[in-house]
Amino acid sequence: MRVLLRLIIFAKKYWGKLTLAFLCLLASTVFSLVVPRMLGQSIDVILTSGDRNFLLIAAAVVVSASVLRGLAGYGNTYLTQVVSQETSYDIKNALFERLQRLSFAYYDKAQTGQLMSRATVDVEAVRMFFGMGLLGITQTLILFAAITLILITLDWKLALMSLSFMPVIAWRTIDVGRRLAPIWLNIQQVIASLGTTLQESLTGARVVKAFTYQPGESQKFVTDARALYNTEIDAARQIAINMPLMTFFLSLPTALILWYGGHQVSAGDLTIGNLTQFVLYLGLLSMPVRRLGFLINNLSRVASAGQRILEILDAESQIEENPRAIQLGKVKGQITFDNVGFSYNSMSPTLKNITFTVQPGQLVALLGGSGSGKSTIANLIPRFYDVSAGRIMIDGTDIRDTTLASLRKNVGIVQQDIFLFSATIRDNIAYGAIDASMADIITATRAAHLHDFVVSLPEGYNTWVGERGITLSGGERQRLSIARTLLVNPGILILDDSTSSVDAETERRIRQALNKLIKGRTTFIITHRLPIIKNADLILILKNGEIMEMGKHSELMALNGLYHQIYQAQLAVSEGKELVEE
Amino acid sequence: MRHGGWAGAHRIGPPPSGGKPQGSRLRSALDTEYDDDVLGAPYDARVMKRLPKYMAPVKGWLALSTVGILIRSAASLAIPYLVGITIDRFIQTHELAGLNIMVATFVAANLLVWGGHYIETLYLAYAGETILFRLRTEMFDHLHRQSLSFFDHNKVGKLMSRVQNDITQVQELLTNGIVGVVTNSLYLIAIAIVMISLNTQLALLTLITVPILGIVMVVWQRYARRAFLKARQAIAVVNDQLQEGIAGVRVTQSMSRERANLQQFDDVNRANLNANVGAAKLQAIMIPTVDILTNVAFGLVLIVGGSQVLTGTIGVGILLSFLLYIQRFFTPVQEMAMLYTELQRGMASGTRILELLDVQPGIVDSPKAIELPPIKGEIQFHDVSFAYDPKAETLHGIDLKINPGETIAIIGRTGAGKSSLMNLLARFYEIEKGKITIDGYDIRSVTQQSLRRQIGLVPQDPFLFSGTIEDNIRYGHPNVSHEDMVNAARTAGAHDFIIHLEEGYSTPVGERGGNLSSGQLQMVCLARAILANPPILILDEATSSVDTTTEQIMQHSLRHLAKGRTCLIIAHRLSTISHADRIITLEHGKIVETGTHQELLAKRGLYYQMFGAFRANDMKPKPTTY
Repeated sequence: MRVLLRLIIFAKKYWGKLTLAFLCLLASTVFSLVVPRMLGQSIDVILTSGDRNFLLIAAAVVVSASVLRGLAGYGNTYLTQVVSQETSYDIKNALFERLQRLSFAYYDKAQTGQLMSRATVDVEAVRMFFGMGLLGITQTLILFAAITLILITLDWKLALMSLSFMPVIAWRTIDVGRRLAPIWLNIQQVIASLGTTLQESLTGARVVKAFTYQPGESQKFVTDARALYNTEIDAARQIAINMPLMTFFLSLPTALILWYGGHQVSAGDLTIGNLTQFVLYLGLLSMPVRRLGFLINNLSRVASAGQRILEILDAESQIEENPRAIQLGKVKGQITFDNVGFSYNSMSPTLKNITFTVQPGQLVALLGGSGSGKSTIANLIPRFYDVSAGRIMIDGTDIRDTTLASLRKNVGIVQQDIFLFSATIRDNIAYGAIDASMADIITATRAAHLHDFVVSLPEGYNTWVGERGITLSGGERQRLSIARTLLVNPGILILDDSTSSVDAETERRIRQALNKLIKGRTTFIITHRLPIIKNADLILILKNGEIMEMGKHSELMALNGLYHQIYQAQLAVSEGKELVEE
Repeated sequence: MRHGGWAGAHRIGPPPSGGKPQGSRLRSALDTEYDDDVLGAPYDARVMKRLPKYMAPVKGWLALSTVGILIRSAASLAIPYLVGITIDRFIQTHELAGLNIMVATFVAANLLVWGGHYIETLYLAYAGETILFRLRTEMFDHLHRQSLSFFDHNKVGKLMSRVQNDITQVQELLTNGIVGVVTNSLYLIAIAIVMISLNTQLALLTLITVPILGIVMVVWQRYARRAFLKARQAIAVVNDQLQEGIAGVRVTQSMSRERANLQQFDDVNRANLNANVGAAKLQAIMIPTVDILTNVAFGLVLIVGGSQVLTGTIGVGILLSFLLYIQRFFTPVQEMAMLYTELQRGMASGTRILELLDVQPGIVDSPKAIELPPIKGEIQFHDVSFAYDPKAETLHGIDLKINPGETIAIIGRTGAGKSSLMNLLARFYEIEKGKITIDGYDIRSVTQQSLRRQIGLVPQDPFLFSGTIEDNIRYGHPNVSHEDMVNAARTAGAHDFIIHLEEGYSTPVGERGGNLSSGQLQMVCLARAILANPPILILDEATSSVDTTTEQIMQHSLRHLAKGRTCLIIAHRLSTISHADRIITLEHGKIVETGTHQELLAKRGLYYQMFGAFRANDMKPKPTTY
């Protein structure tokens, strides 16, 4: 219930339209009540005075009431739809805004598919609740109250008798809803699981084939599909027995009226017209009461959808801006790690006691095995994660005292896994510098050694990449990412260059691009490339989250320790020392 | 990266369509931006003709639910008449004994409605869910019979939407759609007949409103379709933006572009709002219209019917019956209007589903295919040519003999055809010309299953399934012992990092491999191939992302692993290559050099050039103009 209240608050700012919609609803309900009364009275008139004029008037009243009701109903439906759409618009914007701000730690755990389903399916469920549910429930209650009142004034005994069934119907409805709720939940889970199996087996089709595991995948899918079948049938059984039962329950009061009312008419205590009114009014109730059942069933669904939406909206980013944060201007690029510790989860620390200082313009090479903490150090500088201990300073300012935007404008990152947006090449390059001129874009692209490739495409810079565009090779993606970063022109640069799955030719082009990028910036690089490592001003050798050795190439070689080992190994692996000597 | 090594340097523009069936990209909606764009006819003979096949297995249930519908309709048609008769013949005439019977009949009729409705709902669900189940599994198996070129040309997202949304639409068409049209029409006709037989004049008065409603509907449809289509397109754009916003959030944050993105999102979100408000304007018309027409019919019947009662032509009860019939008359009319859109969508989905089901697998086992017996691992390429795209051949006239137990390194520039060569060996693609034999068996003469079971492949981009690390290593061999599984991980160099994970081998991995680095992913994939213990092992840059220390461990195990099996290795690192028995250099789809490391160096050809290039372009600070 708390969830629903919080959702309703979203619609608060549209109270004007909501009030109007409510008035329309009230009007349309009142007008709809006119019709049975007119019809009933007409029958009595026919049977008693036989006044033909009354028939004409009654017909005119019925038609005009229904026209008015139609107009009010239109207003009500339209306004409710508008408010529901506006609310969904607000919720989506709020979700998008929050999702853009949540920290990397959040995304490490979240799955894109899950988030998408919350922002689409769940938001739609909530919208439907505003569009139909909220006013639908109100309307049913008003209608019910009004009809009760009218029937009591007509004949209170008959009224009580016929309405006595309503609590039973209401109870049944809620009971059925309660039994269906876990089934719906189950269905949603099975559908999600089916989707995952399908998506993975298609994405990994190569692996499935290579390991000749189609039967296994098929088995998994059939199991899920069968589970879905069974739960859907469970739900269908409940619905099949209960929904028609509601209709049946609703017919019982009519039977009672016919029987008891029939006796009364015969005894002269009730007119046939009034009997007709009873029958017609009860007919008017049948649809809303059934809908009420549906809506109440839906409430638990909406509540859980709302719950999932609020979970995102309530998620706190682990990276919060200090309220007194200052704007970081163009930095010189001195970076200090002061006894920094970090852990992704509270269990095991990823970094311990990291202390070092880099002077502006220096090149730092990070070396270490998988999971040694290289990438973590890189992620801490732009505050994608916050340190658990110690502090990081840029030009002497703790990075937690600066605004996120100004910090990140100063730190450029070329990731290993390069994400391109479904947009033109130009838009992708100008991603971080929207106002960049075409000339600037071309300069950056040229510096990244990508310009020639781009202009060789039929549509040049306007070529689409990503989901609906062309596929770029690994080397091209990397150079595009370099161009993208060059255009932002940050003072500090982080390069994750640990992939080497490119041939020598491509490698050469990437390296030339990197050279341009590094110049004049404080650079952290994760790489296997020996020439870069040898040229670095500072080499950090990491193991299990600690710095084992640090210094320049010559110093570290003299230590004859871990670096020396790695150097020898690296030389053997990537360089082909043998080749040079032959 | 996906296409990088497989199909040439890069693919520009949409992949070629037409051409050979194995590579053809699905026509129609897969190429359009949004599947829902297609709003065709509500009746498509090509689709309808093939639907009986899917309805046949559930025809019993469909028949039962039709019986249910008939019972419900007949009983519910009887009710207004019963009410009218009760008033005219029993209440007005004070025949109270008859009244009891009539009320009992009334309750009985309602019980029949309940029973009929129950049968209808339940068996329609059985039929619908069975169709869904069959279509889904058929589609799943069908997709997995396709060769890899099919997946190169058709994006997973689109295929997903076919299996998920289109199948549901088709099921709706088969059950609610067709059954709905049939029963609603029957119901309408029945109700018209009953009304006419009760009182022709009043019936005609009521039926006058039907053409009016019809005209309103037709006009309304025309505008509404456009508005709804617009709304659907708008929401698709919003969803795309959302998806990108989430998937690319790391880049966004690192470039501080949140505000611009929010603005962009707000734009499409608002466009969606406007489109939906436009649709709502039209949507809200329908119910009031039907309502007004119902009441116009009420008014007409009241005037004319009232006069008839006064003149004694009909009883007042019959008048009431008429009023109740009118209430029921418009419900099926309204439902039919809604069904129209449903049918349209169902037909469009049906077209897409059938199109997909009609795609023949590019590679099928020959009817005479035999099981490949356990092999020694002798591989021979006889004058093999191959093309992904008929216009541009990827491999030309490859002749190559690999002896059992030999380790072969294949090198060459990006797009030279290295990965293609490997793909052909596992028969992921079909060759154009020549033949490939293993131990003398043409790979086309054996079953794909038995062929691939003897080939282990570690692909370029590591792919893990959601599940635990252990599940992933065991992939394809769920029954091996835990010990063997750990041994495979150890051989691949993965054991050490795995046991340091919080949950060890039970650590769940999923989308993007969880928190594993790409090097770690590669190790897991290698372990998976090792566990399979195949006589032929293919490593396609399988160690490209691991650090040097790990690479050394992996190299060591690989050398050990290579003993007794035929190994094919694609690599760029000299350390990997130089241990091979033989090195093959590929250029532009041809073998240009073959020999040992020493021999090739001496040749001063491509091999020398490539590693020369490696040397000459070390990163030296150069004067730059940037």
